[in-house]
Amino acid sequence: MSVGTFSPAPGGASLARMVLAQSRMEARLMLRNGEQLLLAIVIPVIVLVGGVLAAGRIGIDLDGHRAVDVLTPGVLALAVMSTAFTSVAIATGFERRYGVIKLLGSSPLPRHGLLLGKVLALLNVVALQLVVLVVVGLALGWEPTLAHPPRTMLGVVLAVGLGTAAFAALGLLVAGALRAEATLALANLVYLLLMAGGGVVLPASTYGAAEALIRWLPSGALGEAMRATLVDARIDVSALLVLAAWAVAGTVLTARTFKWE
Amino acid sequence: MPPASPAVVIDGLVMRYGDKVAVDGLSLEVARGSVTAVLGPNGAGKTTTLETCEGYRVPQGGTVRVLGLDPQRDRAALLPRIGVMLQSGGAWSGARAVEMLEHLAALHAHPLDTSMLVERLGLGDCGRTPYRRLSGGQKQRLGLALALVGRPELVFVDEPTAGMDPQARRTTWELLEEIRGDGVTVVLTTHHMDEAEHLADRIHIIDRGTVIASGTPSELTRGGRSATIRLVVNRPFPEGAPESLRADLGPGTEVRQLDDVSMLIHGPADGTTLGRVSRWCEAHDVLPQTLTLGQRTLEDVFLEITGRELAS
Repeated sequence: MSVGTFSPAPGGASLARMVLAQSRMEARLMLRNGEQLLLAIVIPVIVLVGGVLAAGRIGIDLDGHRAVDVLTPGVLALAVMSTAFTSVAIATGFERRYGVIKLLGSSPLPRHGLLLGKVLALLNVVALQLVVLVVVGLALGWEPTLAHPPRTMLGVVLAVGLGTAAFAALGLLVAGALRAEATLALANLVYLLLMAGGGVVLPASTYGAAEALIRWLPSGALGEAMRATLVDARIDVSALLVLAAWAVAGTVLTARTFKWE
Repeated sequence: MPPASPAVVIDGLVMRYGDKVAVDGLSLEVARGSVTAVLGPNGAGKTTTLETCEGYRVPQGGTVRVLGLDPQRDRAALLPRIGVMLQSGGAWSGARAVEMLEHLAALHAHPLDTSMLVERLGLGDCGRTPYRRLSGGQKQRLGLALALVGRPELVFVDEPTAGMDPQARRTTWELLEEIRGDGVTVVLTTHHMDEAEHLADRIHIIDRGTVIASGTPSELTRGGRSATIRLVVNRPFPEGAPESLRADLGPGTEVRQLDDVSMLIHGPADGTTLGRVSRWCEAHDVLPQTLTLGQRTLEDVFLEITGRELAS
């Protein structure tokens, strides 16, 4: 048989190439989507600027620290939560609905490659968010602690890494079990509830009697871990353990319940 | 594996959804390098059968082998070798047509040139259009491009021309013929008999989850017991005309009135039937303007076997 335009030459690309392609595609789609950008950048910036301005006007301190120094780590935590949980849940829910996961399921990209691609895309978007928010925070006068920079850096990496894992596992849990519309509604609702009452932006200690409960929430644990490292150069081991526990529980449940179609 | 072995072997496949049986002991083979059509009405079990070949569904009974592999156990080895066109969807709503195609290309080792595919499938005008804003026909053409871009040995195309205008349909048929010419095996489902007759080397007609007839288009339509007669007359038929004509023609005849002046008659393929129709016209004072004996179609084959229309 002569070699024609369509003569078969089957074969998958290397796993690394497939994962990179998948992560580039997903990150691009996430950044192109107006609602996702609103969640990822606009809302955190509004919360940060609004919070700092309001605190300045009424002249309150938070635990004896300047408002901007406490709110900026909290808003960084909020940004991680918005992308890892809400954006991942909504995007994955609609990928199931539109048959994207089904089509990719017939491509050479294996399921673990799809997950790796998602995680990489997610980390890229989170990194971009953190850069923007750090710049905004610094412009508002944020002074992170310089008591022990290596420990602070380690604390940030651990908190962002474990926080991303915990929220992404929970986002996938919702997206893999519910219909796309229900996922959209629930992911946004949970985001709003946790932003307001979950100890992300404001320290758990400001919630009075609810403090103990809030420290066990992934939102509270992430917020506390970020504040501990960026305000006091302290690694909040118990908060990191709470995040790790949520990540493990979320992953196990997702692996059991996720429906690809 | 020798290249002469079949591309697909399905043996006694059974699939149920709850207590509804979707596929009921279906068996068929697909020869390498052929275009094979799985023809049947909606709900016959076509898509379910394809989805077990593509590894989406686990057979509940029977066996499925694709390119000699088990679509479940040998999934990782099989998937790079096949292309799949879904009946609908398959792309991110915000992804641009060309972007989606390039993404699928990036997942393969030796993909086709995407700009060539874009041109061949007439997607040039909508290459930068997000998927959600493509027309139905454009989505179908993109779906076919996505199935082909990895240079598969075997493609499964589910209703490839549904929603296409006649021009796009013709282009798609030409493309499918060309890829068969280049050595790609094509399995397509359709409920359009003309599509199956035009494209397929071999047709499996399925109904209610089993194969009820198999053969080449000419084997299936050759000879046979029946023919379709089309009758058009000069003025409206009297009331009760179909019933009266059926009574005159005797058992084994179907008469369907299309409008005031035309009828389709399925009946024995012999001169007697034609003679009886013209005598009936004379007796009822209508003048035949068209009285043609049509070639037996797959529609007739389906009607003969099942007593029902293929597409209504």
